[in-house]
Order: sequence, then C-alpha cells, then structure tokens
Amino acid sequence: MRIPCPLCGTRDRREFTYYGSEDYANRPAADAPAQAWDDHLHNRDNPCGPTRDLWYHDPCGAWVRVHRDTATHAVHGSDLVAERGQA
Amino acid sequence: MRYSGLRVLTEGLFGNKGWKPAWRDPAPKAQYDAIIIGGGGHGLSTAYYLAKNHGLTNIAVLEKGYLGSGNIGRNTTIVRANYFLQGNSEFYSHSLKLWEGLESELNYNVMHSQRGLINLFHSDGQRDAFVRRGNAMINQGDDAILLDREGVRRHLPYLDFEQTRFPIYGGLLHPRGGTARHDAVAWGYARGADRRGVDLIQNCEVTGIDIENGRVTGVQTTRGAIRAKKVGMVVAGRSSQVAAMAGMRLPIESHVLQAFVTEGLKPVIDHVISFGMGHFYMSQSDKGGLVFGGDLDFYASYAARGNLPIIEHVMEAGMTLMPMIGRAKVLRSWGGIMDMSPDGSPIIDKTPIDGLFVDCGWNYGGFKAVPASGWCMAHLMATGESHPVARRFRLDRFATGHVIDEEGTGSQHNLH
Repeated sequence: MRIPCPLCGTRDRREFTYYGSEDYANRPAADAPAQAWDDHLHNRDNPCGPTRDLWYHDPCGAWVRVHRDTATHAVHGSDLVAERGQA
Repeated sequence: MRYSGLRVLTEGLFGNKGWKPAWRDPAPKAQYDAIIIGGGGHGLSTAYYLAKNHGLTNIAVLEKGYLGSGNIGRNTTIVRANYFLQGNSEFYSHSLKLWEGLESELNYNVMHSQRGLINLFHSDGQRDAFVRRGNAMINQGDDAILLDREGVRRHLPYLDFEQTRFPIYGGLLHPRGGTARHDAVAWGYARGADRRGVDLIQNCEVTGIDIENGRVTGVQTTRGAIRAKKVGMVVAGRSSQVAAMAGMRLPIESHVLQAFVTEGLKPVIDHVISFGMGHFYMSQSDKGGLVFGGDLDFYASYAARGNLPIIEHVMEAGMTLMPMIGRAKVLRSWGGIMDMSPDGSPIIDKTPIDGLFVDCGWNYGGFKAVPASGWCMAHLMATGESHPVARRFRLDRFATGHVIDEEGTGSQHNLH
C-alpha cells in the first residue's frame, strides 16, 4: 500500500503511522455530554468500503486524512488535517 | 449417527456406504423462538448450548455463506487460559474446561492437543509481570509454571539464546494450553446443534432487522422474512454492518490479522511458543506445517489480505527467535478480519433494543473462546441475564469506564 502525503508525494505505507477514523478529528465541545465523548472515542461506523482516516507521516510530521477503501486497500487521495482548521 | 472406532471399522468393511450428511439442509421456517445471525464457531456453539442447556430447539442459525466460512475455518488454532484480569480470567478458564470435555461432549474429534504454551520473557520487568500473571492463573484454578532460562532451554533447545536484541530470560509455561483443529470445532457444534433440532440455514444473508416499538420482531433475509422474538448477532468480522441494520454503532474497528503456514515438516516444534517482544508466535500442525503469525497490520481493513511490511516483520521476528526455520518454505499466508474493541476484550451483552443480543469484539483471540462464548451467549439469550463468567463483557463499559484492558495500554482503537 502506498499513501499520498500532500507535502511529500506518494510514499510507502511504512513511513506512516495509523491513528484511526477521521472521527478523531471531530472533537466534541469540552462541555458536551458524556454520550458525545463516548461516541467520539469509542463508537465507529467502521465502514466496509470508502473511508477517511488519519495517518501520521513520520518523516515530515504531517497529519494526513487519507481517502481509501477498506475492502480493496485502494487509496484515492489525501488532504492535510491542519487545513481543515482542526487537530 | 454416533461416530466411533467400531463405526469406522464396520463402514470400512462395507464400502463406506452408511455415512450420512452430518446435518440437514432445511429451508427457513416463517417463525422461530430465536434466531442466531452467523454460522461461525461462536454462532454454532451458541445454538448448540441454547438447545442443550436451555431446551430451546425451535431456533435457527442464519449464515450468509457456508458454515464455518469465516475465521473459524482458518486461524492459528491456539487454545489457552492465561489471562490476568478479572473478567477475562474466569471466562477463559471456563472455556478451557469446556474444551477439555468437548470431544466426548460433541462425539467429534476436534483434535484438542494440550501440548503446552510457553510465553517467553526478556527482561527483569517482564519476568515480574509474568510471575504475577502466573499467580493469577493459579488463583483462577488453572496451571502455570515459571521457567528460567535453562528451563526454557530444556523444552525449546533450538531457540537462539545468544541473541543480543531480546535475550531470553525465561518463560511462563501453561501446560494445559495447546491447539485444536479449527474447522472441526465448527463441524462438531453444527452437527450437535442439528441433532437437537436446530435449523442451520446456509446461503441466507440477513439484510434487515425488524424492530417495532423498541423490540426486535424478526429479520429480513435473502430467503425471505423470518420472525423471532429473540435475535443474537454473532458475526465477528461483520459486526458493525449487522448492528447498523438495527441502527446501532458499535465500539468496533475491523482490522486485518495475517498468519502463515509452511510446507509440511517432520515433528520439530512440540509446543505453542509466543515471543511477545518480537510480535511472533508459532506452533506445528498435525500435518507438519509450521503455523505462525504476528501482529495486526494496524489499519482498518476488510480486505482479508494484508500488506508486505507485516509479513517481512513476522519473518524477521521468527528468524531472530529460531534461526533453524530459515530453510522452511512458506506455503501460504492469509488475512482474517478481526473485530477490534477499544480495550482488546470482547462484548457479550444485551443491546438497547429488547430481544436483540450481541456477541462481538473478539479481537485476535476468538478461537479459544468458542465454547464459552456460545455457553454464555446462550445463557444470556435464554434467561435475559449475563452468565456470571461473562458479566463484565458489557457493551456500555467504555462509557462507564469499566474497561478490561489486558495489555494495560489504554482504551482506544489504535492501541490494541
């Protein structure tokens, strides 16, 4: 599997560390109810097919949101998490 | 038909004409008392124990492919009860006891072989942790023996004791641990359930779960609608998709776990060996193949195949531990889809929908759990109460903080 880093170009999967679903990039408000935090941290759509998830590109330090397919391992593209204004 | 040595002998004398199919192939009825979605190891054992322990025989197992076509049909077959935490400890202890009686229980040879499991350790700190684990296992009533370096050498003389990266300090021997023939477990439970009147319905994919006023009323399938007041979802590998039919989001992320088998060799490895520091474990099958694996690929996947970096990593770890296997030829590798839960432990519980139950989240350890998972899921579906040894496998434990984090790494999807 090769993954495109928006800063460095397409690189080997070994240069990346997987974090998880893009749900992690959508933090609830600090005073949101416990249910919202449980959903954020634990519950997942876990799709079989197109997904967007977060990978860290170790050499350049960018958090990358990868558009890929969990059923085929095809990678369709990526963008920088930072450009969405969220960490 | 009861299987026995005498039966094999007489069938052999008369041309093997008397063997019959091990189970029927019934069409689905319009209504059952209970439906189990998923004809894998856990689903079939649930059906068996619903019939045997609770007298519920008007039940059906719905399987979208053929029985045992998922992870029960291909895995690394390890059976053990070497858990530390309450919740896991009593559950896997119960499961191992069921394994020990399984062949006479099912009248089926599941080739359960208690050849002993040795977990290696490589530092003083790891030894302390293994001493604690061994004590917990003994307190639970199971067996554990701490081996020093020379003790490991007596059992496993072929390991590379001179390696500098992870020098072998010793190992924890679990004599009752071992392996079994994975698919035979599915066939044994299927035959046992069928003999008690359970309908095993194959090529029947569930496409919807019917819910009225917060109660489950049945399922929609590719072979028509089937009504039932109790439905169990036992579909590890596809849990999120099936639960979504009931409007639920589960604390599950699916990952691919690869495993490998070599060509058949003469007997060389007597035990199950795990090398945790290198993410590697191995045993030898009765056919002679070395069966081994390592860690997850570590990204969400349903592809049932992995990528090369993990294959390379597993091979490196194997060569570090036992260089003698370097000349063995790898015959095949495969990837199974694991239901990964945030804390690495399973879920056997009710859902917010009345009559709908879930058994999922088996991570990379579902095989050894097959008997107790079915036992406890059957208890839950029949009585509405969690079985005492599975009462901590709650669906809501991530919200309440009662997690069962055996690895001690945390309760988040990217940690197990």
